[in-house]
Amino acid sequence: MEDCLAKKMEITVSEAEKRTGRNAMNIQETYTAYLIETRAVESQSEGQCGPVESLWRRYSEFELLRNYLSVTYPHIVVPPLPEKRADFVWHKLSADNMDPDFVERRRIGLENFLLRVASHPILCQDKIFYAFLMQEGGWKEMVNETGFQLKADSRLKALNATFRVKNPDKRFTELKHYSDELQSVISHLLRVRARVADRLYGVYKVHGNYGRVFSEWSAIEKEMGDGLQSAGHHMDVYAASIDDILEEEEHYADQLKEYLFYAEALRAVCRKHELMQYDLEMAAQDLTSKKQQCEELATGTVRTFSLKGMTSKLFGQETPEQREAKIKVLEEQIQEGEEQLKSKNLEGRDFVKSAWADIERFKEQKNHDLKEALISYAVMQISMCKKGIQVWTNAKECFSKM
Amino acid sequence: DTSLAEVNSFSPISPSSMINQYKFEDGPELRDLFITVDDPESHITAIETFITYRVVTKTTRGEFDSSEYEVRRRYQDFLWLKSKLEEAHPTLIIPPLPEKFIMKGMVERFSDEFIETRRKALHKFLNRIADHPTLTFNEDFKIFLTAQAWELSSHKKQGPGLLSRMGQTVRAVASSVRGAIKNRPEMFTEMNNYMETFSQKINLLDKIAHRIYKEEREYFNEMKEYGPIHTLWSASEEDVAESLKGVASCIDRCCRATEKRMAGLSEHLLPILHEYVLYCEILMGVLKRRDQIQGELDSKVDALANKKTEKDLFSEEIGKLEDKVERANNALKADWDRWKQNMQWDMRSTFTNVAENNLHYYEE
Repeated sequence: MEDCLAKKMEITVSEAEKRTGRNAMNIQETYTAYLIETRAVESQSEGQCGPVESLWRRYSEFELLRNYLSVTYPHIVVPPLPEKRADFVWHKLSADNMDPDFVERRRIGLENFLLRVASHPILCQDKIFYAFLMQEGGWKEMVNETGFQLKADSRLKALNATFRVKNPDKRFTELKHYSDELQSVISHLLRVRARVADRLYGVYKVHGNYGRVFSEWSAIEKEMGDGLQSAGHHMDVYAASIDDILEEEEHYADQLKEYLFYAEALRAVCRKHELMQYDLEMAAQDLTSKKQQCEELATGTVRTFSLKGMTSKLFGQETPEQREAKIKVLEEQIQEGEEQLKSKNLEGRDFVKSAWADIERFKEQKNHDLKEALISYAVMQISMCKKGIQVWTNAKECFSKM
Repeated sequence: DTSLAEVNSFSPISPSSMINQYKFEDGPELRDLFITVDDPESHITAIETFITYRVVTKTTRGEFDSSEYEVRRRYQDFLWLKSKLEEAHPTLIIPPLPEKFIMKGMVERFSDEFIETRRKALHKFLNRIADHPTLTFNEDFKIFLTAQAWELSSHKKQGPGLLSRMGQTVRAVASSVRGAIKNRPEMFTEMNNYMETFSQKINLLDKIAHRIYKEEREYFNEMKEYGPIHTLWSASEEDVAESLKGVASCIDRCCRATEKRMAGLSEHLLPILHEYVLYCEILMGVLKRRDQIQGELDSKVDALANKKTEKDLFSEEIGKLEDKVERANNALKADWDRWKQNMQWDMRSTFTNVAENNLHYYEE
């Protein structure tokens, strides 16, 4: 693997803090700031670390960074940020952005984002990214100076608008379908998982009622008393265990969510390619029509119906001088157009090449990560079952002693 | 009562030996009466539709003319049997019958589920009577098990019936008005208190168990949807497809395991809890009747202060009845404890099984 920033530097998002301040409209607001800590690491020698540098950033700055990266590297599948608002919550989880659990999970997500960018062979070399990590003041101005917002194609914002591309690249079309499917299947999965978690929570918690009633009941029993009491205790343990279990599962859900958002990033690359292709085709079409016009003027034949042709017929032909001038202008435009087309074609080919390289890289990463996530999910389930076995074995013992 | 001598390995008078004498479910070797209730059949007449159940009895007892009987009985017949037993043994604990209809839940009178639940409860009812050292020799019980339908009807029409029952009720009301709690032995007061708390707790447990069943059902419903999503996803993947399919199949097995768990609950725990909820009422009734009898004793003692011999006779009778209650209670307590164990054991085994299955399934 190429030498990337992640290997040379330790990056962590270590803390989160509530802040109040005045925003652009001079209104008081509360937000959370995150502490980014970095430390240079010598790859060869252990224990040789540079000093820890740190600075604070808030979520909106992360968003700015990501937007910049998306626009500047349109052929790269840019790692996604953790969700802006809590989604796919089951009833016990809070949907509040200020909730400490949400903030904590977001902190982890932001750290993950930075690590992903730092491990990307191309993205990690970006100077703005480096400055994001190292330079607290003046970073926003630096980003804006790059003028990336001008490059951002407003047409991309209309994500679902279709451009009629005559010769779509089959691979990209397939990829776009895949990203749509991935998005829909993961969001469905997350929704059902949230409902399953809710129900499981219910099952466990009602068992806690057993604990209370057993304990009260044991008070009036002689022989059964001890057994009931201790069994009740185990029921309480059982009911309490679900909280930890589900918290762990949230991390699994977050891993899936990352790929939900990655699917969007993948789709964006496909869209950019589509747009490029469209521009190319439009440019080619424009060039062809200009060439045609030129030919018509030069030879004086009107092959196709045109308003100009009609008006000249009605109001008389133009003078040869006028015609010459027009031809000259057209010839210049045609030359420009041909150069543009050439460069666009080149651009297009470069785009496809580098995009496809990154897509392959992404696919590998995705397969690896998903497999790992599924394995860790299975491990979680096993551990949950082991706990269940333990509790019920204990309970069984207590019951048998009644 | 030959069983007494056989089982009695402790000193004859200690309370523990008394409890031992009334050990139920001694195992098939010591039982001599086997009853099953099955094969519900629906009968349609001009007036009504009703269900009969087949009652099969196998026995080695001398007093039975044959060793095998097969009769058909309907719910009404069971009701009749129960009331005859209560009449004959007012202070013994007669096992509960399943209710006439279920109030909550949309269970139709003749739905399969309802019929099956009832059948199981009726089966239990008869077996509990068979296991009871006194009730098992009751004449009406024998007739119930052996008589053909027309024989049973004609027998039902005989007997003291309505009038005597009315008399009993009158006496009951009278004595309760008199407040028969005066000389109640400590033991029965304790029992009353116990029953109050126990009834509370068992009702709560019944509700909790139903709630758990409901939650598990909802969980199961969601899980049913969860598995197929993974299969769907695996269709668009190549590399990860196998893992996804693996997870999908595990989730499906979890679903089946959950179904088993629910079945365990509904087959074992829920019916037993319900039975004991019904028992609470029965027991309160028994205690009341005991109080009534005591009341009679007390009033007779007061009234017949001069006629010493007669008084002795009466008090002897009534004392015997009290003893009966005492023994019945003890016996039932012992029975309860063991039943609780069994019940819990069943339930917990089911759960442990589920957990173990989960483990195996997830080791993918």
